[in-house]
This record gives sequence, structure tokens and C-alpha cells, in this order.
Amino acid sequence: MSVHGFRRTATGRIVLRVDVVEKGLLSTLLEQLAEFVTPEGADDEDPLVRLVGLDPDAERPEDPALARLFPDAYLDDAESAAQFRRFTERSLREAKLAHAATALETLRRSGEKVTLSADEATAWLGALNDVRLALGTRLGVTEEGVAELAALPDDDPRAATFHVYDWLTFLQESLVRAVMP
Amino acid sequence: MTTAPTELERPEVDETVATDVPWITIVWNDPVNLMSYVTYVFMTYFHYPREKAETLMMQVHQDGRAVVSAGSRDEMERDVAAMHSYGLWATLAKDDS
Repeated sequence: MSVHGFRRTATGRIVLRVDVVEKGLLSTLLEQLAEFVTPEGADDEDPLVRLVGLDPDAERPEDPALARLFPDAYLDDAESAAQFRRFTERSLREAKLAHAATALETLRRSGEKVTLSADEATAWLGALNDVRLALGTRLGVTEEGVAELAALPDDDPRAATFHVYDWLTFLQESLVRAVMP
Repeated sequence: MTTAPTELERPEVDETVATDVPWITIVWNDPVNLMSYVTYVFMTYFHYPREKAETLMMQVHQDGRAVVSAGSRDEMERDVAAMHSYGLWATLAKDDS
């Protein structure tokens, strides 16, 4: 994987250099993220529901990675948590979807040099974080267990996923540094 | 460490409302979010100065949680929704401290 992260240019643009393999991998991950956060039944729902951004059927996701992306807002109050979810989860999913779509679009329009505006960099930051949250949950990343995951033998099925996770961590860290006010 | 709700800088929050209706937003530690990113979110969303953002971030990291804002229930629901949009793990609660 490339050792080039995001950097800020003298004119304030954010630039990422990627080779064709990295670009393909990022596109795949962002497409998977977009699919992952797209609300269920988004195509055939009541347009009014979509308009007001209210989802009467929203429930706490069973998938741990989805539950991490869309957590309960109340710890000990299931009713308030459910109500909060009905009012916010739809727009939260749409915001995450928009981040992924923006990041994908910047890859599609670019060659090996991806140049981002400030808004696009913000979208990238959110999308990278969401992919890392999903992968990290799948991998069972813990603060103590990262070294263990890093030391997995190559034939362990988790090793490849961890390498990707680790690379995304590096990318996100470089992007935070580039956009930090 | 400033965790007392009334000490938090929230220019848009009426002080009397914040005191009368004590709700708080709590951000919880998680093993994935980067320390630098959490600091960035506190600076960007709450407009906290870097030093305060870093202090809150370290509190999340070391104590497992930190109170990042205080105000009315509606305001805290807004803050929690924003934290979720950034990917931070946040909840709101009545301030019973």
C-alpha cells in the first residue's frame, strides 16, 4: 500500500495520490458503505415519509456494525431511544450515504491524483470513519487487541481485512491532519 | 477539567434554560475512532478551542466518557444526532450530578 496520505497544498486544496489498485479498493469499500447505509425499502416508500425524513419503522439494527453506525441515543430508556431513531435515523443514513457518494464521485472524476475541495474532504473524512467503524466492528477491534490483529498470520481470514483497516486508519489520520483548522 | 454543564461554552444556549433543564451529551470511548479525529469533531462542531477539545478527547479516552455539552433536551438531541453523523458514540441523559 502507498505511503502517501492526504496532504494540504499551498492553495488549501486537499490532495491524495493513489495507484490503480488503491483506487479500486477505495471505490469498492465506498460502494459497500453506500449499500450498507442505504435505508431499507428506500425505493417503494411513501414519498411523504421521505420528505419529512421520518421513519416510523426504524428499529435498532441487529447487525453489530450497523448498530455501531446508528447507535441508541439513550442508554436506559428504550422508548426514548426508539422515538429518537424514528425521527433521526433516516436523515443520518442519508447523510452517510451522501458522504460515500461524494467520495466516490471524486474518485471517478480523478486519475491518480485526487484533488478535493474543503466540503469534499469533510465528506471523505466521514466516509473513511464509517468504513473503519464497520470494518473495526466486524474485526472485533479493541484498544488492547490491535497488536494481536496486526500479528495475525497471512492465512488468517481476518489478516487481509485488518491490513485494509490499518491502511484506512493511516489515510484518515493523514486527512485529519490535512483539514485540522 | 471542566465538566460542569454551566461552564461549557455554548453561546447559543440561554444560561437560565441550560440550568433549569439540565440535560447533557455524553461521548463514549470506542476503540476505532482516532484521537485526532475526536478532537477535530469537538473543534469543528462545538467550536471549542483546540486545548479544550483535546482535554475532552483525553477524558473520553482515559475515563471512558466525557460530558461534551449541556442544555435543553432538544439541544442535546441535536448534539447527539450530530455526534452520530460524525461516527462518534454519544448518548444524552438528564444531568443528575
